[in-house]
Amino acid sequence: MTEESTITIEVDGRALKAAPGAMLIDVCDAAGIHIPRFCYHRKLSLSANCRMCLVEVEKVPRPLPACVTPVNDGMKVTTNSPMAVEAQKGAMEFLLINHPLDCPICDQGGECELQDVALGYGSDASRYAEAKRVVADPDIGPLVATDLTRCIHCTRCVRFGAEIAGIRELGATGRGDHMTIGTYVEHAMGSELAGNVIDLCPVGALTSKPFRFQARAWEMVQRDGIAAHDGVGSNVHYHLRRDQILRVHPKDNEAVNECWLSDRDRFSYQALSAADRLLKPLVKQGGEWRETDWQSALEAAAQGLAQARGDDGNQLGGLLSPSASLEELYLAKKLMRGLGSANLDHRLRQADFRGDPPKVPWLGGPIAELEEQDLVVIIGANPRKDQPLLGHRIRKAAMKGAEVVYFNPLKLDLNYRAAQWVANPRDWVLEVANLAKAAGVRKGVVNKIKVADHHKELFKRLKAADKALVLVGDLAMGHPDYGLLRCLAAQVAEAAGARLGFLTPGANGVGAALLGVTPGEGGLDAQAMLAEPRKGYLLLGIDPGFDLENPAQGLNALMKAECVVALSSFRSPDLETVADVILPLAAAPESAGTFFNIEGTQQGFNGAAPPAGEARPGWKILRVLGNLMNLGGFDFNTPLQVRDEALGMLGDAAPDNGFEPDPALELTLPEAELLRIGELPIYSVDPMVRRAPALQATADAQDAAYLRLNPEDAKRLGFTAGDRITVSQPQARKAVFEARPDPAVPQGAVALCTAIPGSQALAGRFGEVTLEKA
Amino acid sequence: MANEVCLRTLDHDQPWSLEAYRAVGGYEVLKRVLQEKTAPDDIIAEVKKSNLRGRGGAGFPTGVKWGFINRSAPGDRYLVCNSDEGEPGTFKDRDILRYNPHQLIEGMIIAAYTIGAARGYNYIRGEFQEPYERFEAALEEARKEGFLGEDILGSGFDFQLHAHLGAGAYICGEETALLESIEGKKGQPRFKPPFPALFGLYGRPTIINNTESLASIPVILEKGGDWFKDLGVENSGGTKVFSISGNINNPGVFEIPMGTPFKDLLQMAGGMKDGRPIKAVIPGGSSAPVIPGAQMMELTMDYDAIQQAGSMLGSGAVIVLDDTNCMVRVLERMSYFYYEESCGQCTPCREGTGWLYRIVHRIEQGKGRQEDLELLDDITGKIAGRTICALGDAAAGPVQGMLKHFRDEFQYHIDRKRCLVSAGG
Amino acid sequence: MGFKMQPMTVPEPAPGKDQLFTPEIRAEIDRWIAKYPAEWKQSALMAALVAVQDADTDNNPGWLSQKDLDDVAHYLDLPPIAVYEVATFYSMYELKPVGRHKICVCTNVSCMACGSDEIVSHLEGKLGIKLGQTTEDGHYTLKEVECLGACGGAPMFQIGKQYYENLTPDRVDEILDGLE
Ligand SMILES: Cc1cc2nc3c(=O)[nH]c(=O)nc-3n(C[C@H](O)[C@H](O)[C@H](O)COP(=O)(O)O)c2cc1C
Ligand code: SF4
Ligand code: FES
Repeated sequence: MTEESTITIEVDGRALKAAPGAMLIDVCDAAGIHIPRFCYHRKLSLSANCRMCLVEVEKVPRPLPACVTPVNDGMKVTTNSPMAVEAQKGAMEFLLINHPLDCPICDQGGECELQDVALGYGSDASRYAEAKRVVADPDIGPLVATDLTRCIHCTRCVRFGAEIAGIRELGATGRGDHMTIGTYVEHAMGSELAGNVIDLCPVGALTSKPFRFQARAWEMVQRDGIAAHDGVGSNVHYHLRRDQILRVHPKDNEAVNECWLSDRDRFSYQALSAADRLLKPLVKQGGEWRETDWQSALEAAAQGLAQARGDDGNQLGGLLSPSASLEELYLAKKLMRGLGSANLDHRLRQADFRGDPPKVPWLGGPIAELEEQDLVVIIGANPRKDQPLLGHRIRKAAMKGAEVVYFNPLKLDLNYRAAQWVANPRDWVLEVANLAKAAGVRKGVVNKIKVADHHKELFKRLKAADKALVLVGDLAMGHPDYGLLRCLAAQVAEAAGARLGFLTPGANGVGAALLGVTPGEGGLDAQAMLAEPRKGYLLLGIDPGFDLENPAQGLNALMKAECVVALSSFRSPDLETVADVILPLAAAPESAGTFFNIEGTQQGFNGAAPPAGEARPGWKILRVLGNLMNLGGFDFNTPLQVRDEALGMLGDAAPDNGFEPDPALELTLPEAELLRIGELPIYSVDPMVRRAPALQATADAQDAAYLRLNPEDAKRLGFTAGDRITVSQPQARKAVFEARPDPAVPQGAVALCTAIPGSQALAGRFGEVTLEKA
Repeated sequence: MANEVCLRTLDHDQPWSLEAYRAVGGYEVLKRVLQEKTAPDDIIAEVKKSNLRGRGGAGFPTGVKWGFINRSAPGDRYLVCNSDEGEPGTFKDRDILRYNPHQLIEGMIIAAYTIGAARGYNYIRGEFQEPYERFEAALEEARKEGFLGEDILGSGFDFQLHAHLGAGAYICGEETALLESIEGKKGQPRFKPPFPALFGLYGRPTIINNTESLASIPVILEKGGDWFKDLGVENSGGTKVFSISGNINNPGVFEIPMGTPFKDLLQMAGGMKDGRPIKAVIPGGSSAPVIPGAQMMELTMDYDAIQQAGSMLGSGAVIVLDDTNCMVRVLERMSYFYYEESCGQCTPCREGTGWLYRIVHRIEQGKGRQEDLELLDDITGKIAGRTICALGDAAAGPVQGMLKHFRDEFQYHIDRKRCLVSAGG
Repeated sequence: MGFKMQPMTVPEPAPGKDQLFTPEIRAEIDRWIAKYPAEWKQSALMAALVAVQDADTDNNPGWLSQKDLDDVAHYLDLPPIAVYEVATFYSMYELKPVGRHKICVCTNVSCMACGSDEIVSHLEGKLGIKLGQTTEDGHYTLKEVECLGACGGAPMFQIGKQYYENLTPDRVDEILDGLE
C-alpha cells in the first residue's frame, strides 16, 4: 500500500488508513475493531449470507454488511450504533430460532462463535414459539463428526471444499428452510485437509470425531508446537487437559501453514496414548524382553554398543529418523562419531546413493512462493499426500493458471488440472531423460533415446516461464536410479534457468542434512550399512520394518547384529525381534527441540505434554549414553544448551541444492515383466502416524493396503478384484495382499506400498516382483 | 390505443409467425440499425428518451442500465433476457413469447448490438413449454433469415441467441440468481455490487432485462423515444402490458398506456365477477403491498401513482379480490409462497420467511396470540432491507400491507378464533 | 478473497460416457452443451436433468434416481454434489417416483381467489389421494405448485408439459378421462 493509494475512513470515531476497495471488515480487523461475523473467512470467497456483520454507514439508510462493503475515502462507519446493533441483534435472533439449546453437551461449547455473539446480542427469551428444525446427521468419515441441527448455514465448510480442499464433498442441498449441509449421499470425506472444517465451522455442527465429548473448551490449556510429520513444520496449538493432549489446532503462520493443518498433523496425537506405547525401558535377556529401570537399561545399551564396537568404530551404524529434532540428531551424531563410526544416515527410504549428493537438499525457496510459480515440473512425488500443505500451495498456483507437470510411475488423483506423464518405473526414468535431452544434455543414458516433440515443447515452456520450479520427491528418492533421476532433474533445471527443489523426508530432513547426519569420511550410507551388516546399530525413532527402504534386507542385517539399541516411543514386533535394548523415547509433542523445515526455517518448540510413562526426551537419553560411554562433551543440562552447541556447529551453513551432476550414471533398474512401485502412503510416514486410529480409518489409509495393478495386467494374469495375491521379490520373504485392478497403474507395474502391514517382508520399493494367486 | 407495442401482432393470423411480424414492420429496425451502423450511443440515447423503465418489477430505466456497459473493455459480454415470470399474478411475458416472439428476438439482437454482446440467452421458466417452443421456432426462423448467427445481414456483427430453461424456482427471476442458474448452479442471488453490468454471466459484463422491456425496443426505435414516452405519463413512459386476474369477469393481458385509470382497466377486464364489491387489489404482483379496493378505484396505473399509495407497480400484475376473500387466508397463502421460495442463503430470509408463515398460519387456524401482530411487524422490519436480494423485501411487503389496511381482520381472527369474512362481518 | 467464478468441473474428465443413457439422451444433452462456452458444460446441467427425468431411463420415467444424478454428474464431469445441489433446489425435479401423470395444481392467490380449493378437493376426492401423494396404481401424482404464470386462466393446473386453464370440476373430469 503506497502512501498515495491510501484512503482514510472513520470507524467508530477512529480514523483508519485503508487501501481503496478493501472490504470494510478487513480494515476493521486490521485495526482491532471487531465486527461479528459467521460466513466471512479471509481465506474463502465472499458469500455475505449470514448477515451478521451489518454496520451503519453514514448517508446509507439501511445497515450494510461489512464483509462485502468496499471502503472509500471519507466513509464514516459505526459498528455499534443503535442501527447496527439492532441489525446484528436481528440477525442473531433469526439464527437462534432454529438453533438447538444444547450448548451444555456441544463440543463447541465455550468456543462457539454463535454462543459468544449470542451473549452479546441475543435476547434472553426466544419469541419463537414454533417447532425447531431437526436435521439428520450423516456419517462423513472417521475425522469429522456432524450435528447438523446446529448448522447456521454459513457455508464456510462448503466453500472450503470447493476452494481450498479442491474436492466438493460437502454441499448445501435443498432450498430455503429445507437447505441442509451434508454430502447428500452418505460417504466419507476423502480430503487430506478435511479436518479444517472443524475450525471453520463457527458452531458445533462439524466437530472433531476423535475429540468428541472428551473435554470442555474451558477445561483445557493451550500450548504451542510444531507438527512433526512432514517438512512443512505446521505451527500448531495443542489443547491439553490434565497433561494429556486432546486435540490439535493450527496456529496461524502465513509463511508456513497459513491457517490450515493437514489431517495428518491434526490427528496423529492419538498415537501418544497408543496401546503399544513404550512406557518403560526394555532389555532383552536370554531372548526374553524384560522391563527394567533406566539405569540398567542405559548400562546395557552402553555395554552392548561398546562390545559390538570392539576396537573398530566402523562396526557400528546409526539409522536416525529424519523427523528427529536437531538436538537429538546432533547428540546421536556426536555419540556415533565419538565411538569412531562414520556410518550414519537419515535418508532411510532412499534407494540409490550414487553420485555427488546435493549439499543440503531443500525446497529451493520459500513455501509461500510455491503458489506464485508459473510452471512446476514434479518428478517422483505426490505433494498432495506427501506434504499436504505444499500440495495445497501448488494447487493454488495451478488455480491461478500455473502449469503443473508430473513425471511419475503412476497416475495421481489430483484436485486440479495438471499434465501427468506416466510410465512404468523404468520407462519413467527414460521420460525424464528425454526431457533432459530436450534440454540439451548429451551424455550417459540420454544418448540412447529419442526426444519427442512434447518434451521439446515442455522444455521450451519451462525455459520461457518467469517462475519455474523442478521438484524431486520421495518416489524418485526411493528409486534404484535416484542418482540418475536427480542428476537429470538438476540438468533440466539448470538449462531452463528454473529453480530446483527437493521434497525432503521427515519433519527435519533439512536439519539432518545441515547437521551432516550422513556418512562421514569412508562411512556407509543407509543402504550400505545394511547391505554390509554391522555388528552394532543405533536406531533413533524408527521402526525397521516400516521405515527402511528395503525392510527385508534391513531386518536381516539388524537380526545378525550383536547389539541393536533403539530409541523408540512405541513397541513393535520388528523392533522386538531385532533389538537388544529399547529405550522409551518421548514423542515430539512431549519434548523440546528444533526443526528446520523444508524451506530452511528454524522452528523451536517446547514439550507440550509430559512424556508418557517413563519415556524421556531423546537428548537426555543420548546425553547419558554419551557420558556412560565416557565420551567427552555430553554435559548438557537443558535442551537449549544442546541446541546452541548444534547451531554453533552449523555456523552459517545454509540449505543448498548444489551438486556436481555425474553424466556417466547408468540406468540400473532391469527390465522385468512386473516392476514394483513402492509408494509411501500418507498415513504410514512415521511411527506416530501409523498409530492414529482415526487416520488409519480413512480411505487414504485403507486404500494403501491393496496391491494395485493395471486392469490389462490383471486380466492377463487372471486376477480379479479381491483375489489374494502372493508377492515375491528377490531376497525377501513372500507376503500376501489383496488385488485391486487400477487404471492409474501403468502396465508392467505393480503398486504395492511401503510401510504398510505386510510390507516388512518385502525388499526394495522398486524392482522386480512376481505374483501368484495365494 | 391498445396493443401498440409488445402485442402488436395480436390481430394477425398466427401472430407468432415471422410473416405476421413482418406484416407489422418487424425486423426493419434491425436492418436499418445494421445497415446504417447506428452508433450504440445513439440507440442508448433514444431508449433513455423513451423513458422505458424495466418491466421486470424494479422499474429501473433501461437506457441508463445499458449505459453502464463499458464497450471498450476487452472480452466477452452477454445479453440475457428474463422470461422467468414467477411473480404470482404475472402472465404477460408468457403471452409475449407465445404471440410475438420475433419482436423479443429483434429487441435482443438490437440490445446485443448496442452493448457489443456476441452471445445471449433467454431464460424461460421451465413450466412454459408452449412459449418455449414458440420461442425456439422463432429463433430457428430468425437464424434462417440471417438475423442471428455470424455476420448478421453482412454487417460483421455476430450474435448467437439461445433459450435456457428454468426448472421451478421463483428466485431465479432475480437477475443474479438467474445468472447463477444459467451457470448450472442453484439459483442463489449474488450480492451487489458488483452489478451484472460489470460482473455478470460467467463473470463477464452482462445486461439483463425483462421480456417486455426488450420486446419494446424495436417499436421505440421505429417510432422514436418521444413517441413512446408520450404514450405514457410523467416518469412512466409508454404502454405497459398488465396482467389482471382474480375475481373479475374477463381476466387477461392488456397492453395499455401508462397512467390509465385503474377503473378503466377493470372495466376492460369485464368488471367485478358477479357484481361483487371490490375489496382489495394487489397492484404489482404478489410482492406489492395490497391496496384497499375503494382507494384503488381512484388510482391511475403508473409508477408514481401506485407508489404514492404505498405500493408498487412491479411487474404490472393486478390481482383483484372481492369481498369473499379472507385477507388472513390470502396472506397465509402468500407467506407460504415466500417461505417455500426463499433460496435459503441469507439468514433473515431463510429463517424469517418461515417464521412469518408459521405465525400467519397460526392466526388463520384460530391459534393466534395477542402479541402476534406486533411480532409480525417486528419480524418484517428485520427482514426487509437486510438480505442480498429483494426477496426479503418481497416477503415483508405483503405482510406490512395487509397489517396496515386489514389489521382488524387479523385481530378478529386472534380474538374470536374464527374468520371475519365467513362470519359475514 | 473476492468472488468465485469457476465452473465446478472435475479436473479429470471421466471415461466411459458413451455407456451412459441412450444415444438420444446424449444427443439432447450435447445439444444443450453446445449452447454455452466450452468450459461451461455445467450450464447444461439443468437441461440434462430434464432430459434424463423425462426419459425412461432404468424404467423410471418422470423422476431422477440416485443413479440418474450420478450419471449426469459423470456425463458433465461435475462432482456429484454439484448435481445434488441443483436437483434438490428446483421444484420441477422429482427425486422420488411419481405417477404417470403428474398433476401440478396452482393454489397461489389468483387461483385461490378463483376456486382452486374446489379443484384440489375434487381431485383429492376423485383420485383418493392428498396433495403430494401418488395413487397406488401409479397413474397419478398430485402436487401443489406455486403460480405457473397463467393466472388469467385461473384456476389452472399442469399435467406433464401441458397447461389446463379455467378449470371446473366437470372440466377436470373431462381432462382426466382424456388421459390414458
Ligand atoms: C425475488 C425476485 C423475483 C423476480 N422475478 C422476476 C421475474 O420473474 N421476471 C423479471 O423480469 N424480473 C424479475 N425480477 C426483477 C429482476 O431482478 C430484474 O430487476 C429484472 O429482470 C431486470 O429487467 P428490467 O430492468 O427490464 O425490469 C425479480 C426480482 C426479485 C427480487
Ligand atoms: S456446518 Fe458449520 S461451517 Fe458448514 S454451513 Fe453449517 S455452520 Fe457453516
Ligand atoms: S460476515 Fe458479512 S454477511 Fe456473513
